[in-house]
Amino acid sequence: MSSKQTVNPKLETQNSKPDRHPMDELLREDRLPHIWCSGCGIGVALTCFIKALQKCGLDLDKVVVVSGIGCTGRVAGYVNLDSFHTTHGRAIPFATGLKLANPELKVVVFSGDGDLIAIGGNHLIHAARRNVNMTVICVNNFNYGMTGGQVGPTTPPGAITSTSPYGCFEHPFNLPYLAAASGAVYVARWTTLHVRRLEKSILEALHKRGFSFVEIISPCPTLYGRWNKQRTGLAQMQYYHDQGVIRHGLDPKEADIGLHGEIIEGVFVHIEKPTFLDFCSDALAKSVG
Amino acid sequence: MNGEGVLTGEFFMMGDVACAEGAISAGCRFFAGYPITPATETAERMAERMPQIGGTYVQMEDELASMITVLGASWGGVKAMTATSGPGFSLMMENLGWGIMTETPCVLVNVQRGGPSTGLPTLVGQGDMMQARWGSHGPYEIIALAPSSPQELFDLTIRAFNLSEKYRTPVLVMTDAEVGHMTEKVVIPPPEEIETFPRRKPTVPPHEYLPYKADDDLVPPMANAGEGYRFHITGLTHDERGYPVIDAETQDKLITRLVEKIRKNKDDIIQLEENGLEDAEVVLCSYGISARTALWPVELARREGIKVGTLRLITVWPFPEERIRQLAGRVRAFVVPEINYGQIALEVERCASGQAEVTLVGHAGGDIHEPERVLEAIRRAVR
Repeated sequence: MSSKQTVNPKLETQNSKPDRHPMDELLREDRLPHIWCSGCGIGVALTCFIKALQKCGLDLDKVVVVSGIGCTGRVAGYVNLDSFHTTHGRAIPFATGLKLANPELKVVVFSGDGDLIAIGGNHLIHAARRNVNMTVICVNNFNYGMTGGQVGPTTPPGAITSTSPYGCFEHPFNLPYLAAASGAVYVARWTTLHVRRLEKSILEALHKRGFSFVEIISPCPTLYGRWNKQRTGLAQMQYYHDQGVIRHGLDPKEADIGLHGEIIEGVFVHIEKPTFLDFCSDALAKSVG
Repeated sequence: MNGEGVLTGEFFMMGDVACAEGAISAGCRFFAGYPITPATETAERMAERMPQIGGTYVQMEDELASMITVLGASWGGVKAMTATSGPGFSLMMENLGWGIMTETPCVLVNVQRGGPSTGLPTLVGQGDMMQARWGSHGPYEIIALAPSSPQELFDLTIRAFNLSEKYRTPVLVMTDAEVGHMTEKVVIPPPEEIETFPRRKPTVPPHEYLPYKADDDLVPPMANAGEGYRFHITGLTHDERGYPVIDAETQDKLITRLVEKIRKNKDDIIQLEENGLEDAEVVLCSYGISARTALWPVELARREGIKVGTLRLITVWPFPEERIRQLAGRVRAFVVPEINYGQIALEVERCASGQAEVTLVGHAGGDIHEPERVLEAIRRAVR
């Protein structure tokens, strides 16, 4: 991929304004303010993503962001890149179609835990298995925010939500373990408190050949936090500070998250293996020339 | 890659395979699918042929994925399709709606089998015709074509791709297990005789581009991802910029255009085959395999002196309302054989508005109609 950073003519004009924020180039200013609540972590996740994009050296005209449905699903609507807001759960297979149709694209899926892990869970494991070249950024706030805070596949056991009023009775998915077991070549987890490490991980994921997965543990004080003794964004960040433990290279099956328990962070998988397109081009070169 | 796109020549070819070759001839270079009887042969042919001609075949984890992957590929700038049957068609409905809302060209083939549910995987049905019309939620128009032979599966798959690019909408090819699994003569013309409709590209620079600002014919030009236009596309109700706007006014403007771009061009889209209608008292109206199997009872009825003509719906959606109305004013009856318990017959009845009788010759599926049943319905229509 070219390292040239192409600048859209529209952006050049906007850049001449003196009062612009350094990230405005990559945001759709005409869509701001965003819909996210005060204390929500999705803005922090987006900030880290944009910083990583600014440093990545990729041709940004070739970077495409795909989201599904939900609070994090709105990210696609705020980035000033080619961006798609698809159906619930289907961001990853949409991204698969884009990437395979035009391998020059750098495809990033940016969505939430309900979208990617519950309704879209099957697509996540299969895209990881195929090792399709894409970066998946999953913001995990332990509940369905857009619909008012329901229990989800990442909700810790015992957590109260609007549909688990007596506490969550289900075992949650451990996302790094799931992604690693499914075949992802890069797997990391960070909280929104650890912004520099998170930004570095996103940058590594963007440059990785194959299926890269970054989980971002993110506050949802409006819905998840208020029922679970973390009523403010600050209280949730304090929890990440007190309970966040960095363990690079740890076997991700050790990285379960319990209610108010330790949050193990780090880069767990960083390996190389042939991608779907590598397999295609090698095998087909031999068979059909 | 040393493969060739158009396999010009005469072949003894299965319908499902002819469908794949039609797609290739139309310029399709992407197939995403999931194995399902009786549509699997289309996927198998594409798996073999796509790599030979620089295209992509990918087998997805389910039909939800197949449909949205096809839509993603289309935005990646490639003509793309999938093929399925009833259960898979049901799973594709939500993402079909996304394709309609975001105006994404692509082709979806349904080789219909007996239903509901798992039904009759290897045997024929035509029970998905109303699902083709209304299967995704919300108000919309759709284009659906109904081939009656392997040759027509080839021809109409090309036409489906052309209509999908021209009107920027997913187009359905509603065939059935009989036509899909039938093997007969298929002629593939030389490439220069095959008309293909290219993608309608924007003519303005990126900073002036509005992804949903339509041309005079209500269809907006389409930039592909990665071309520097930096657009946003959403399944939410959106304005000309493609930005979500959640109010009744924007919804009205958008949905009206999506519906009108098809309704106002229905003369271009609707294709019918008519025989012996000039002095007909009875119109045998059908589509797909049922139109073909009705030819024999129609012939027998004519020998008996009954003035019966045929109206074959090559385009089923949008429905040829005006033609049915015209005919209803001067014929005694319509006889509608179809392999369901009355779907297109209801449309004929709606358009006939009581001016002519409408008789359904229904069938639950699993077989074609007994000629005697269709003949008897024609006889009764003139009694």
